[in-house]
Amino acid sequence: MESERQIPIWFFIGGLLGFYGLLILGTGVYGLFDPPNVALAYLHADIWWSLLMIALGAFYCIRFHPFRQRR
Amino acid sequence: MTNLLLLAAADGAPQRLLSIGPVDILIIVVYFLVVLAIGFYLRKFATTGEDFFLAGRKMTAWIAGLSFISANLSSLETMGWSAMAYQYGMLGAHAYLIGAIPAILFLAVVMMPFYYICRTHSVPGYLKLRYGEGARSLAGVSFAFMTVLVSGASMFAMAKILNLLLGWNMSMSIWVASLTVAVYVFLAGLVSAVFNEVLQFFLIWFGSLLIPILGLIHAGGWNRMMDTIKENVKVIHPTVPNADFSHLWSSLGSFDTNPMGIDWFGMVFGLGLAVSFGYWCTDFLQVQRVIVARNLRAAQNGTIIGAVLKMCVPLIVTIPGLLGLAVLANPDGSPMVLVPESDPRAMITHRTFNDVLPLLMGQYLGPGLLGLGVTAMIAGFMSGMAGNVSAFATVWTYDVYRPLLNRTASDRHYLAMGRWCSILGVLLSIGTAYALFFFSNILEFLQVLVFFFIVPLFGVVILGMLWKRATPAGGFWGFLAAILVSMGMWGFVHWFPDGHRPEPKVLLKIKEVETSGGETQKMLPVVALEKETDEAGREKITKVTVESGLVETTNAPIQPYAMVQPAEFTVSAGGAELLPSIPGKEKPLLVKVLAPEVSLAGTEEKGKFGVEGVPVVLKPGVEVKAADITQRFNPAEFNPEHTKYVARSEKAKPMAVNMYSAFWTLLVSLGVAAGVSLFTRPKPNEELKNLVFGLTPLPDEGPCPWHQRPGLWAAIVAVVLVAINIIFW
Repeated sequence: MESERQIPIWFFIGGLLGFYGLLILGTGVYGLFDPPNVALAYLHADIWWSLLMIALGAFYCIRFHPFRQRR
Repeated sequence: MTNLLLLAAADGAPQRLLSIGPVDILIIVVYFLVVLAIGFYLRKFATTGEDFFLAGRKMTAWIAGLSFISANLSSLETMGWSAMAYQYGMLGAHAYLIGAIPAILFLAVVMMPFYYICRTHSVPGYLKLRYGEGARSLAGVSFAFMTVLVSGASMFAMAKILNLLLGWNMSMSIWVASLTVAVYVFLAGLVSAVFNEVLQFFLIWFGSLLIPILGLIHAGGWNRMMDTIKENVKVIHPTVPNADFSHLWSSLGSFDTNPMGIDWFGMVFGLGLAVSFGYWCTDFLQVQRVIVARNLRAAQNGTIIGAVLKMCVPLIVTIPGLLGLAVLANPDGSPMVLVPESDPRAMITHRTFNDVLPLLMGQYLGPGLLGLGVTAMIAGFMSGMAGNVSAFATVWTYDVYRPLLNRTASDRHYLAMGRWCSILGVLLSIGTAYALFFFSNILEFLQVLVFFFIVPLFGVVILGMLWKRATPAGGFWGFLAAILVSMGMWGFVHWFPDGHRPEPKVLLKIKEVETSGGETQKMLPVVALEKETDEAGREKITKVTVESGLVETTNAPIQPYAMVQPAEFTVSAGGAELLPSIPGKEKPLLVKVLAPEVSLAGTEEKGKFGVEGVPVVLKPGVEVKAADITQRFNPAEFNPEHTKYVARSEKAKPMAVNMYSAFWTLLVSLGVAAGVSLFTRPKPNEELKNLVFGLTPLPDEGPCPWHQRPGLWAAIVAVVLVAINIIFW
């Protein structure tokens, strides 16, 4: 599954989580000025949740980057 | 629902539960692009049959474990079991504890060595080695058809859910999702199915975990949520107002004290033994994920990782179901009451149990997060379909096509066959999904289909693994007899020899008429409502007068026409009246009056309502279609006179009946297989090497650090399981 030539699945996951995290962070920052019509909006869950996604995504992207794997 | 009044002004279309924006759409589109890109990228790594069908047998323990649990974590699972928790309370969590963990650990520690060492491609492949061609063919053919039917049912459910939640076109949902799955499974087979399952695992958790976190904050913590549930169930589940929704075991002493209508014996031996071991140990969709690990230790540890992850799933499934009982409220602050799909009020005045998770998504998730949640839902459906299709391709190619149709072809030929089988599997699934447009009442049947085959299969597989005296004839006849008994019990509990009369119902129906210009025009029934205000200040309907329009009745006598039914007629001068109730066996049956969309007489307003037990007056000129229905068989209804023999109680709910049915099926499978084996000739020991306990030497995989020992981790997981059960006893 993870032969030397193959990009690890974790890299794809990291990339997708990071991208989604950035999108959600953007909507979260926008929501600071125009809060969404949902319960507990004042907790700004989208901001801290997206930061968590970006952190995990970055970890997977760096740890399982194809160049790093080849070395 | 004695006289629940107008919920909202009707707009003619089903109300959408969720409303998504551009960022949410972008998140969904990116997901589709990524899974297709992964499929194209992985194509070059699927060049042999072993690569395509078995992912090259190179998976690490973590990938095997994540894939193993993701294959089970479909959206039907998350939405369905949230609904179960809403309906049955904490008892719903048993599916993730005693209903899964012992079986997964048993698979890891006891069964995996046999599957792995005999190098089988599939569970039917093991049957071939152990019992011969007869049992393998029966298992292969039944599994192949079962997978495409279940996959199609899952696609139909996805399309229906996306239609109800987001208003998306059902055909478009089915084709876009199915063709995407077809492309990436065609390109790389099990490899890309597994890649996407692991991807889906992360999406599901990131898309779902916020709901219990925010919900528990909203509810004021665990204890306060449980206190609120205790109060709210009196309103939400009035038929079981005193049932315990907050414990795992303390309410299972009798059938009466829990909302499922089951006792501890049914839970332990029905769910914990028959259903659970059948599903986790012999459903090839699950087993395929771990038997393709790169070595036996990775296969065993991957399975145990799966067990740990499975124990965490109640966080995103059971807790949202419980939160639905505590935090979902109507605009006036009263608890929101959800109903089963079979309830006539469903989707008219009430949302259904299955909506509990989407309702919570809409309540807590803003833009972006909602897109992630919906993407997780779509990903779950698609990866479930991919898992079914890749398993179908493997079983069809190796267990049906190769042994029965073409024994001597090259690996390249079988690889091509597998690829085209993936397309065929998707097309058959789409066909099943479309069939359900016309026969949606068989959806329930398809969802229990899996129990017809996997529990009998488990009986003969486990007997074959642990008892060398089990013979090919015993395996075949035990398997076949148990399938027939399982189907027979299902038919028995849905059979009404004295006739089943659906509850009396009146539907005020929209009539479509063609205008002189050739256009279709909707004509709404016009009604006048008499109301009164109760002590709590809520308005209640006390009488419905239909001024004009179309009325459909089922088993509801119309005065002065009495029971001259079925009939189509126009109410003549003098009018007619529907009685508020009719005599029942034990108590009067209230007549339900359902109005999905009506015009309110004397106003320009539209409305919708659902009431029961109120008189309905039909003015002259009202069109009536009256039906008088008595059914001998109804797959959506259980006959209590028959369930008491299967599930030991007339009060048994569907889940309890399924658990007991599985238990009896397992007994038949084991009993017949053992009985026939005693009178037939067993295989010689030489042919049973690597297949049966006592004749299978475990390979030496070299020195192993303590933290990689499957036995140690299995013991730790077992201790944690016991601890969780004690804490929530």
